[in-house]
Amino acid sequence: MNRRVVITGLGVVAPNAVGIQNFSDALRTGASGISFDPELEALQFSCRISGTPTFENTVLESVFSEIERRNLQSTGFVYGVLAALEAWNDAGLSIETAHPRWESGIIFGNGSLGVGKFRESILQIDALQTRRLGSSAVIQTMSSAVSAYVGGKLGLGNCNTSNSSACATGTESILAAAERIATGKADRILAGSSSDSGPYIWGGFDAMRVCTFKHNDEPEKGSRPLSGTASGFVPAAGAGALVLEALDVALERNAPIYGEILGGHVNSGGQRNGGSMTAPNSVAVIRCIQQALIHSGISASEIDLINGHLTATIKDSTEIENWTQALQRSGADFPQIQATKGLIGHTLAASGAIETVAAVLQLKEQFLHPNVNSEDIHPEISNRIAVECIHPTKKLHKLDVIAKASFGFGDVNACLILKKY
Amino acid sequence: MTQTEILAKLTEIVRPYSQESTAMEHVSMETDFIKDLKIDSATLVDVVLDVEDAFGITIDNSAMEKMTNVANTIAVIEDAISRK
Repeated sequence: MNRRVVITGLGVVAPNAVGIQNFSDALRTGASGISFDPELEALQFSCRISGTPTFENTVLESVFSEIERRNLQSTGFVYGVLAALEAWNDAGLSIETAHPRWESGIIFGNGSLGVGKFRESILQIDALQTRRLGSSAVIQTMSSAVSAYVGGKLGLGNCNTSNSSACATGTESILAAAERIATGKADRILAGSSSDSGPYIWGGFDAMRVCTFKHNDEPEKGSRPLSGTASGFVPAAGAGALVLEALDVALERNAPIYGEILGGHVNSGGQRNGGSMTAPNSVAVIRCIQQALIHSGISASEIDLINGHLTATIKDSTEIENWTQALQRSGADFPQIQATKGLIGHTLAASGAIETVAAVLQLKEQFLHPNVNSEDIHPEISNRIAVECIHPTKKLHKLDVIAKASFGFGDVNACLILKKY
Repeated sequence: MTQTEILAKLTEIVRPYSQESTAMEHVSMETDFIKDLKIDSATLVDVVLDVEDAFGITIDNSAMEKMTNVANTIAVIEDAISRK
């Protein structure tokens, strides 16, 4: 990269907190966002716990007009808009503009958007009521719904698009935004991703038996990354958003700076060498991490903390093995590693963005959120890295560089390197 | 139902769609939904659905196309009511 890229604003709608300040508090205290989900029980899901963000109606009223709030069934759209606008405000930027802001854009991803709205529409169409769908069906379900809506609110005149790479979506969007700024094509990009909540987005995962069904009576214990008793992920939802800016532009307007994005990498294992639609090709994961380091111009020894993908499936051990190989560090020499999903579950397409927001907050405020539900570390993990890397017994002496990785269906990988500014 | 009654009812239907609160204060037969009330043209279909619900009528596609101002809309509503 040639232009340095910094983070100047954050926004979040997470299962355990809505809003940056609340999220920072929830991370420090290790507050869980997982609860029993009566709707999943009523629909006889195997997994009946979820991480669903909750907030008062007044939050919606502060952003959406009376008309927009009617038939607002697309939760991923709502979460995305709330997080994106919070990040913009947090960066100290104004909403109103008479003309397009040619140097500001948005890249805001999702997996699939507005399934609740789709369901409502499909029921109406099948009842021969297509003409009664109204104007909101399209704008709440198009993949670019969040970027389109926010772009209009803020008059964003640079790129306005929506990326999709399953559970790597959020991390990919941030890297795409950083690269666009670094190469001089934009001054400022609002990046992030969101994911719907509810049975119609999670049902397919429940059917694949990748969600845990062993903790329906103890929700907060359900999401167990790194644990020997991990039995699948807890479905969750939300959105994370970051304002990325060229350093020179941020300095010129005296913007708050949370941290710097040194670089990163995205790749795919091509569903070869053990990789498949749902399983990672480890060669590609290792390569992705190493390329991210090269691109960022730092060495593996400089990484203080890894915010892993770590979903609480059997693949957590494989992920740890891949990190040890990619960094050539193991045992007590391994960096600190954390699994934000222990607190919030797997927010799917939103995970990369929400977890990067978590990483950036820790970088800025210099703390580590606890790893929860991993007291019983999986033996294949504890024989590769020291227990202290997961459950530190003393305060970390420095937190300067964080590696954040996300992996997704389709054998896709994304890794970002963040540095304290 | 008199024209005045229809106009009063229509004004309340249209109010939340308008981005021009001052213009909403003097809605008349000559008022244009898009030009005067700054209603997003995409949401005109929602106004039509609300009109159908409020007056208990059905509006076909060709009548719907005319509903861009108050005068035409009231004519469409009167016509639909007369055929109930």
